[in-house]
Amino acid sequence: MKAYRSLLVVIAALAALPLAVPLLVGAGLFAGPNTFYNLMIFILIITLAAQGWNIAGGYGGQFSFGHAAFFGTGAYVQAVLQTRYGVNAWVALPLAALLGGLVGAAIGTLAFRARLRGSYFALVTLAFAEVFRILANATPITGGAAGTLVPLKIGLGQMQFASSTTFFYLALTFVAAVLLLNRALERSRFGAWLVAVRENEDAARALGVDTLKVKLKAITLSAAITAVAGALYTQKFLYIDANIAYGAWISVEALLAPIVGGIGTVLGPFIGAVALIGLGEAAKTAIHAVFGSAVPGVDLVVYGVLLIVVIAFAPRGLLGLFGKFDLFARFGIFGKRGGR
Amino acid sequence: MLDVRSVTKRFGGLVAVSDVSLTVPEGSITGLIGPNGAGKTTLFTLISGFQVPTAGEVLFRGEDITGRAPERLAVMGIARTFQIVQPFAGLSVAENIAVGAYLRHAGRAEAMARAEAVAAMVGLADLDRPASSLTVAGRKRLELARALATEPQLLLLDEVLAGLNPSEIRDIIPVIRAIRDAGVTILMIEHVMQAVMSLCEHVHVLANGRLIAAGTPAEVVGNPAVVEAYLGHGAAGRLQKGAANG
Amino acid sequence: MFRSYPPQIVLEAVLNGLLTGAVYALVALGLTLVYGVLHIINFAHGAMLTLAMFAVLVVHLGLGLDPYLAILPLTPLFFGIGYAMQRFVISPASRNDDGAILLVTLGLSIVLENLLLAIFRSDTRSLTLDYSFSVVDLGFALLSLPRVIGFGVAILVAAALWAILALTDTGKAIRAVAREKLGASLVGIDVNHIYAVTFGLGAATLAVAACLLMPSFYVNPRVGNAFVLVAFTVVVLGGMGSIPGALVGGLFIGVVESLCGLYLGESLGQIGIFLIFILVLLFRPTGLFGAKA
Repeated sequence: MKAYRSLLVVIAALAALPLAVPLLVGAGLFAGPNTFYNLMIFILIITLAAQGWNIAGGYGGQFSFGHAAFFGTGAYVQAVLQTRYGVNAWVALPLAALLGGLVGAAIGTLAFRARLRGSYFALVTLAFAEVFRILANATPITGGAAGTLVPLKIGLGQMQFASSTTFFYLALTFVAAVLLLNRALERSRFGAWLVAVRENEDAARALGVDTLKVKLKAITLSAAITAVAGALYTQKFLYIDANIAYGAWISVEALLAPIVGGIGTVLGPFIGAVALIGLGEAAKTAIHAVFGSAVPGVDLVVYGVLLIVVIAFAPRGLLGLFGKFDLFARFGIFGKRGGR
Repeated sequence: MLDVRSVTKRFGGLVAVSDVSLTVPEGSITGLIGPNGAGKTTLFTLISGFQVPTAGEVLFRGEDITGRAPERLAVMGIARTFQIVQPFAGLSVAENIAVGAYLRHAGRAEAMARAEAVAAMVGLADLDRPASSLTVAGRKRLELARALATEPQLLLLDEVLAGLNPSEIRDIIPVIRAIRDAGVTILMIEHVMQAVMSLCEHVHVLANGRLIAAGTPAEVVGNPAVVEAYLGHGAAGRLQKGAANG
Repeated sequence: MFRSYPPQIVLEAVLNGLLTGAVYALVALGLTLVYGVLHIINFAHGAMLTLAMFAVLVVHLGLGLDPYLAILPLTPLFFGIGYAMQRFVISPASRNDDGAILLVTLGLSIVLENLLLAIFRSDTRSLTLDYSFSVVDLGFALLSLPRVIGFGVAILVAAALWAILALTDTGKAIRAVAREKLGASLVGIDVNHIYAVTFGLGAATLAVAACLLMPSFYVNPRVGNAFVLVAFTVVVLGGMGSIPGALVGGLFIGVVESLCGLYLGESLGQIGIFLIFILVLLFRPTGLFGAKA
């Protein structure tokens, strides 16, 4: 249980966040409670997508540039099943995960059987995501270019809530579950084999690791988790189109957050998502204050700069930076890269 | 235990391994020596399934394993080490060994226990530190430990002593002997002749992809063909003359 | 599902595809050159093309410079930008680690694209020139004049690039580094300088491509993305690092896109490209035209 204690502390702290909301709003950091919750929910959805990426990309070393393919599949399954087939939202969600996982397995089978690695794997995943985006934009079942609108029907049964606090807890539940799953994975045979595949495939094979199988399992799980993030996005915003669901933005966010936070660590995706989205919002606010109006793209410029700076100066991400001072490591709050 | 029958490997026009046959008896330590570029490591990659021979076959306990994938061979009980040792950088020493141990122990507790036992056997201590912090000698022991943790019946060692100083070599020789005494058959590529002389019962000599001699270490070392392969054409004659004169 | 068209329309589509394909080839040349020498995929390639296209727009609107004349100042300028980018950003930030290079160039593309978005906003702009809609009448087909010029200059630039690599000392050094980095550095070639020169050449070809595109095309901050995926496809198809491969691949992709657009409609037209891309990567990663891996 010791290995999980630190994670449980983090989860408890997050669950207690609503208590701090009046303070944050009082301090003028947020315009109101809803601004805070909307930002937190967005951070949690991105975290979940990034947690998915981190399994194949962080632990397994298979850098996907196309996790939008899975996010979008989850988002569309969640939306289309409800609007066209009258499926309940709670039933749609596991199906979204399942289909996302299947898409991951299919792309993984093709790419890994063809022995694509590194840049080639990145490119082929990117291309798959683009194909999905174009198809979703042109086929009637997804609503085509007009997108799909999920009718507003507040109710627990519809997974739509009057209070954004409730949705915050829903999203947190998924993130927390994946945090714990991630820790369990690190301490499992699969996790050890996955890191071995990342570090040296030949050495892993010599030790009896079926590298193809390990990579396939990883991309399937990775895709399923990112698909859940997509499904949650649909439930939160009740509207998606091809450029949201299968757009390059989510592929970028899903890979940026773990890299910035700490690639191949349990908490890296969350830390990275907070840093990215937090800094992005701060930059937007600052620019707004200076120019008196919003300037598009500012937050993304910050993302790009942050990515380059992290790679240049902190290849192990923000967590690795903290680890240098041994602050968090001493309290055992953040696991080390790939280990534990 | 291992039978290599007329194995040949061509890369384009280059014949890296040509019609090599050899046998490794159960319970033995068998050596594979030869000058650089003789095709020793290529032969290893053929036996261990990383490459498929152009012709010939490899038998393990009488079963044809030619071209079978390395991970399946590991399950059957064949493990190998690599000449260039690369620990899994993100993992601790114990976790590195556990990657091998997981092959036969699915649970973490059993795999880690097995890893500790194997570490003790090869003389690795301080198992919680990152594997990347190990010295060269430590990495060699880790390479050995990872392979051993898969509980092999046949262990293929590719120059485990290369890069070690004489005192480190002296320390590791008893470890290899202990592995054999624990029931593991060993086929080793080695350049350090002192180790070959003291460890191997039987030695095969490869030069230019061909098997040029086989026998006990003493027989092989005295073989003029072997001396010439190492030192160049006519060397054996010169050495003999030198010995007669001196 | 397939409509049948009279041969003249199909022929015109093929010719138009070839014209577009030449510009694709030009964009792909820089990508394949950088890949061939540095063995990295430059993800910022598309964003740099966008930057170049905006540069054409700015010098035209600001200084009244004709896009074709803009080739003269912009080519050396972009050579310098590319050189500096590799020398002072990509190389130091990535410590020449492959995965890191991929991510640093991705970061650069995000920064460039969104800086352009912040400055120029997301509006789509185009140039209005006297000759924008001029046509060349071949008797059996009408072709857009700017695109015919684009075709001709693109082929010239490819030939010039080939000549630089084959005939100049720097070109020989580039080829030496591409083949054997360590050996090249041992005989006294400054590998980092050559890397940066290669990157500069890649950026310079983009500047030319931008000047050729602007008279008949539009620009917005995301326009490079459309080209870069096509360019990746061309490079993969032609064999990573092969200049003739990029040329043939570019022309081929141009025709495929044009025909897909004709038969499948504009929105699905691009799918043909991506499917080719995926299929080639999966089944023939060394390229269709037999370049070595």
